[in-house]
Amino acid sequence: MSSPQAVGDLVSQPYKYGFVTDIETEKIAKGLSEDVVRLISSKKEEPAFLLDFRLRAYRHWLTMVEPDWAALGYPSIDYQEIIYYAAPKQQAKKASLDEVDPKLLETFDKLGIPLSEQKRLSNVAVDAVFDSVSIATTYKEKLAEHGVIFCSISEAVKEHPELIEAYLGTVVPSNDNYFAALNSAVFSDGSFVFIPKGVECPMELSTYFRINSGDTGQFERTLIVAEEGASVSYLEGCTAPMFDTNQLHAAVVELVVLDDASIKYSTVQNWYAGDENGVGGIYNFVTKRGQCRGARSKISWTQVETGSAITWKYPSCVLQGADSVGEFYSVALTNNRQQADTGTKMIHVGPRTRSTIVSKGISAGHSANSYRGLVQIGPKAEGAKNYSQCDSMLIGDQAAANTYPYIRSQQPQAAVEHEASTCRISEDQLFYLQSRGIGFEEAVSMMVSGFCRDVFNQLPMEFAAEADKLLALKLEGSVG
Amino acid sequence: MIRPDAPVLLEIRDLHARVEAKAILKGVNLTIRAGEIHAVMGRNGSGKSTLSKVLAGHPSYTVTGGSVTYRGENLLELDPEIRARAGVFLGFQYPVEIPGVSNLEFLRVSTNARRVHRGEAELDTFEFEDLVRERLQVVQMDPAFLERSVNEGFSGGEKKRNEILQMALLEPLVAILDETDSGLDIDALRIVAGGVNHLATPDTATLLITHYQRLLDAITPDYVHVMAAGRILRTGGKELALELEQRGYDWVDAELAALEGADADRQPAEVA
Repeated sequence: MSSPQAVGDLVSQPYKYGFVTDIETEKIAKGLSEDVVRLISSKKEEPAFLLDFRLRAYRHWLTMVEPDWAALGYPSIDYQEIIYYAAPKQQAKKASLDEVDPKLLETFDKLGIPLSEQKRLSNVAVDAVFDSVSIATTYKEKLAEHGVIFCSISEAVKEHPELIEAYLGTVVPSNDNYFAALNSAVFSDGSFVFIPKGVECPMELSTYFRINSGDTGQFERTLIVAEEGASVSYLEGCTAPMFDTNQLHAAVVELVVLDDASIKYSTVQNWYAGDENGVGGIYNFVTKRGQCRGARSKISWTQVETGSAITWKYPSCVLQGADSVGEFYSVALTNNRQQADTGTKMIHVGPRTRSTIVSKGISAGHSANSYRGLVQIGPKAEGAKNYSQCDSMLIGDQAAANTYPYIRSQQPQAAVEHEASTCRISEDQLFYLQSRGIGFEEAVSMMVSGFCRDVFNQLPMEFAAEADKLLALKLEGSVG
Repeated sequence: MIRPDAPVLLEIRDLHARVEAKAILKGVNLTIRAGEIHAVMGRNGSGKSTLSKVLAGHPSYTVTGGSVTYRGENLLELDPEIRARAGVFLGFQYPVEIPGVSNLEFLRVSTNARRVHRGEAELDTFEFEDLVRERLQVVQMDPAFLERSVNEGFSGGEKKRNEILQMALLEPLVAILDETDSGLDIDALRIVAGGVNHLATPDTATLLITHYQRLLDAITPDYVHVMAAGRILRTGGKELALELEQRGYDWVDAELAALEGADADRQPAEVA
């Protein structure tokens, strides 16, 4: 294993989650039209305000063009070739897990997300979304005792329409951008979290997204609201089967935090990335944005992006409240032919707002990995501070890394600090570790996890080790 | 310590090696027994460092002929990490920096890899801390260096001490120290040499690669070998190093020229 050639020959670890669940699915016909939007809304028995929201979004989407400013190259997407709604054939929502199709439970078991009472992850409540619908949410009763609402967004539309109407689309308007507009028109399911005033959510909340059908797009919508003094830590995970066609995933996540509230939102993204020649894989176009509406509120995004053929994603914070805090910690790993254009936007509106950006990009194989970030300091953001650190690591000599930092400040006194670095794992570093008895693959993963340490430290404990393992797995055979 | 009946640890026979297209080693022969300290001296470019890299298995060097037997096993077949686990240690002339990887964690993983190979139990973080604190004394190193990234921002002397600390933890059977004295001031040299002497036992052997007599004032070799043009030209006792110190390397050039002349004379005959 010591020579570079031999290492290049190492067989990559196959994608573990690439299986397809054989289950009867109700799908609507391919293509997108106003009728399709109405059909989705009627299938979900939605109130009029939501249908209006969807139709406004759809009509606006028709006037928009797909953005092309990202450093990404992919064939144009035919939006009429996509199925916009697919659901496992069963009654929409079950009273208890016993009634859920065992095949679905088995699927989530295989993914390492057991939903049944006996095997549940301790202290993590899970909402499981399969294709277009949520199939189960664990620990709901326990959370309800604390006044916490954690359910699928479809369920929230039925049971808490006033909350949905009050918050949906207020952070990411339906006409925000091309993919957000598309999502607003056709979103199928996702999670809703509401933490009432003064409540510290007693457990980690987690949503697990699974795409199963081959020609279906996944358009999930997540909304998290933390009222005054509330706090919650939320984790999102995702996988998809291996198909040799590309699937579109265009999600929208909105976070709202009021005075003294905080949301910690972590993502471990492991969508199918395509094969080593770039065939297949998920196109991941995601709009994630949080609004720190209240004073001293805080939003922290942590993401570990390892999958998807294409990643277009900029989790952002709008820092309105005085003294509010935004954080973005990111590890983006690309291998083979993957492309990622990811970063964040920190919009400083209120006085003394602070933001921190730590981005670690790792590019291996023939992949391309770009960091794109905006720090904007508005005229009223006196005493605003930002610190950004963007580091890139290159593995092998075929991969590319780019950094596009944008800084716009209307506050001469604002403190904006940006640091960037690029490094390459060298043969001499690997040999040094090997000559101390450390195997080649372990040496690479030691160096990569050392590089990512600052970000992994931000992940909830249960997931930090997982993230470490996931990266090691993704990199197997990539050095040579 | 020379004991003719001591077991042979390392046997190098007619070793040839190249880096890219350039032949560097052109027939090295060397036998190292347990308990012995060998010094290999020679000018820059004579092949000393290449010899050490080849023994450790650096991927940039290709062996083109000959053999190396380590305790009866073909060393050249083993991956570098296996050689290390089996007890071959290379102290680097220029130890690399590895940002982000904690020195303590690195030392622990490395020590455990060697322990597992020897059939010993892995040490947990607490047990390892005890061991490393004890071994730090060998090189009089500040424990603060454990908390930093591997070699990152270390001075030349600190890097070399970190090398000897690794040697103290891995307890190699054959320690190859490549120009361990280079870049050291007198105090650091004394500490590093003291560490090497402390770690030398009747069951282990040391191969020192050096330019200068001053290291050999601190570590007394049993054998001194003079390398030139990829071969060991002459072998003697510690007095050979003193002779080099006094006479310089010019006589080596003369001897080498004579030898190459002999080679040139001999080769056509072989062809014929």
